Amino acid sequence: MYQMTKNTDKSGVRRFLQGNEACALGALAAGCRFYGGYPITPSSEIMEHMAAELPKVGGVFVQMEDEIASIAAVIGASWAGAKAMTATSGPGLSLMIENIGYACITETPCVVVDIQRAGPATGQATCPGSGDVMQIRWGSHGDYEIIALAPWSVQEMYDLTIEAFRLSETYRVPTFIASDESIGHLREIAVLTPPDMIPERAASCDRPPFGDPATNAVTPMPGFGQGRRLLVTGSTHDERGYRRTQDSAVQAKLVARLCDKIKKGSANIWKVESFHLEDAETVVIAYGSTARAALRAVRLARAKGVKAGMLRLITLWPFPDEIVAGLSSKAGRLVVPEMNQGQVSREVQRCTRLPVIASGKSNGEVVVPGEILPLLLDEHGQA
Amino acid sequence: MVKPDYMKFLRTETFPTPFCPGCGHGILMGAIARCATEMELDPLRLLFVSGIGCAAWIPSPHFATDTLHTTHGRAIAFATGAKLFKPALKVVVVSGDGDLSAIGGNHLIHAARRNIEMTVLCANNSIYGMTGGQAGPTTPTGARTATTPEGNPERPFDLCRLVYGAGATYVARSTVYHVRHLMKVIKNALSHKGFAFVDVVSPCFTQFGRKNKVASASDQLFGLKEACATVDGLAGLAEDRQADKIAIGEFTARKE
Ligand code: SF4
Repeated sequence: MYQMTKNTDKSGVRRFLQGNEACALGALAAGCRFYGGYPITPSSEIMEHMAAELPKVGGVFVQMEDEIASIAAVIGASWAGAKAMTATSGPGLSLMIENIGYACITETPCVVVDIQRAGPATGQATCPGSGDVMQIRWGSHGDYEIIALAPWSVQEMYDLTIEAFRLSETYRVPTFIASDESIGHLREIAVLTPPDMIPERAASCDRPPFGDPATNAVTPMPGFGQGRRLLVTGSTHDERGYRRTQDSAVQAKLVARLCDKIKKGSANIWKVESFHLEDAETVVIAYGSTARAALRAVRLARAKGVKAGMLRLITLWPFPDEIVAGLSSKAGRLVVPEMNQGQVSREVQRCTRLPVIASGKSNGEVVVPGEILPLLLDEHGQA
Repeated sequence: MVKPDYMKFLRTETFPTPFCPGCGHGILMGAIARCATEMELDPLRLLFVSGIGCAAWIPSPHFATDTLHTTHGRAIAFATGAKLFKPALKVVVVSGDGDLSAIGGNHLIHAARRNIEMTVLCANNSIYGMTGGQAGPTTPTGARTATTPEGNPERPFDLCRLVYGAGATYVARSTVYHVRHLMKVIKNALSHKGFAFVDVVSPCFTQFGRKNKVASASDQLFGLKEACATVDGLAGLAEDRQADKIAIGEFTARKE
């Protein structure tokens, strides 16, 4: 797909730092060399860090006039050859959504970090939420797929940002970091290990810019100034980029590629983490900061003799449906706590016949173990 | 027949263009290709960026260079990212007045403020052509359009003044009637080190002329001769006469 530069520097550095800072450091380690953004709480530290650090590594930072322009500049820079990123929060994401659809149809690699806050609208700018997870998936019009990863620690703000760049370059798709204020502003120790391999764009390539004509598989990302006379358009286009807006076969093939490259690659994309699932009768499915509270609740429940376990979703999109569907038959029910009114619980319900207990919370506060624990205990009469 | 040199800037396999008979945009397209040829620009170093609308189709798919046909109004923001990351590209935005100054107005003024090196050619037909002739921010007061059946109650932007006020270091206006003059200012814009803006009056007979008592597309085009006056010529006119004329020429060309 792309060339890999082998990284010889394997030394991890232990640092006490903030989640947003770790995200910026992960981006730089992944080879991000363009950042376009607009200030918004609670994500701004990412932007400030990129403003300070990018020029030192020969990268470009630009503060744009709004979020619409930010993501547009990121897409433009990506076509000019940059691994490019922006970071925002809900209101900014709402503004970016049209151009994210543009990045999807033009198969433009880019990383979008969403440090979620409580919404809707301006909501609570300084408080965490997970209310954007469906917007991340479905925000733009039309049929398409994206990738989203949900870090639960400062460590993962670093590691998953690196992973987001790898996935975005591999599948030529916008890839999201779906984090929230509590992780973005959390300070804890992380070991910053440079990635083994850094994806590099090919300097030239003679494959068609938009999909293999025979297999409809994604082709390597070309770039401006490579002598390819690229035709890039957000309209329906064939593999050479020619606008074909009245051709139903071309439209069908295009949408199939945008969706299939992610759907068929899901098994390679999915990352989850299991805790005590071997014998678990009650399984908590959690992601992001909520998974920290859920793990504590699971451990407290087990201390009381309750067979509880947890499946932590690191990949939110594409949704790990086969993994959820494949949960052991010992599991009697699933509990899905989250900082919204049950957005992911409905996705879980879609994949299973087990009863799903949704535990939504939308008050701008993180979920705490004491809120999850009773849901693990009560059917056992031990609450 | 020998192909003229400027054909190397055009994807002739995409011809005929989709523009209506009498549309000004074909003249602008030819003027850009001729300027690029006379200036000996390298087609492989040129990036044309456009938004949505008839004018956005001037470069995409017709120019045989890298082209980026973006979302409505956002061409300049996309172009900014590409230019900043790869300064070796010569970046030219070609789009319409509605795209650049209504939905995209914010990006226009901020690019002018930043004075990033790029050329913006605004094909100004004072109407939304592609969507069926609705009024826009450049539609003259009183003009009949699909959304102002009793005449436009609003005042239009003077885009050159707008962009000048926002800090652009090269600002000019010309028309597709005054092709020699148009080519002169496009060349000056393309060689300018900074943000260059050219307001190119390009008639749309289909959506504007027909609804506003213009007899034919050629009347609309040739009418530009009377309708325009050079910046210098205007200075000599009485103030009430100035308001009736479209000022063409260079409003600023400075180094910063
Ligand atoms: S609608 Fe107007 S601007 Fe569009 S192609 Fe026709 S004449 Fe030209």
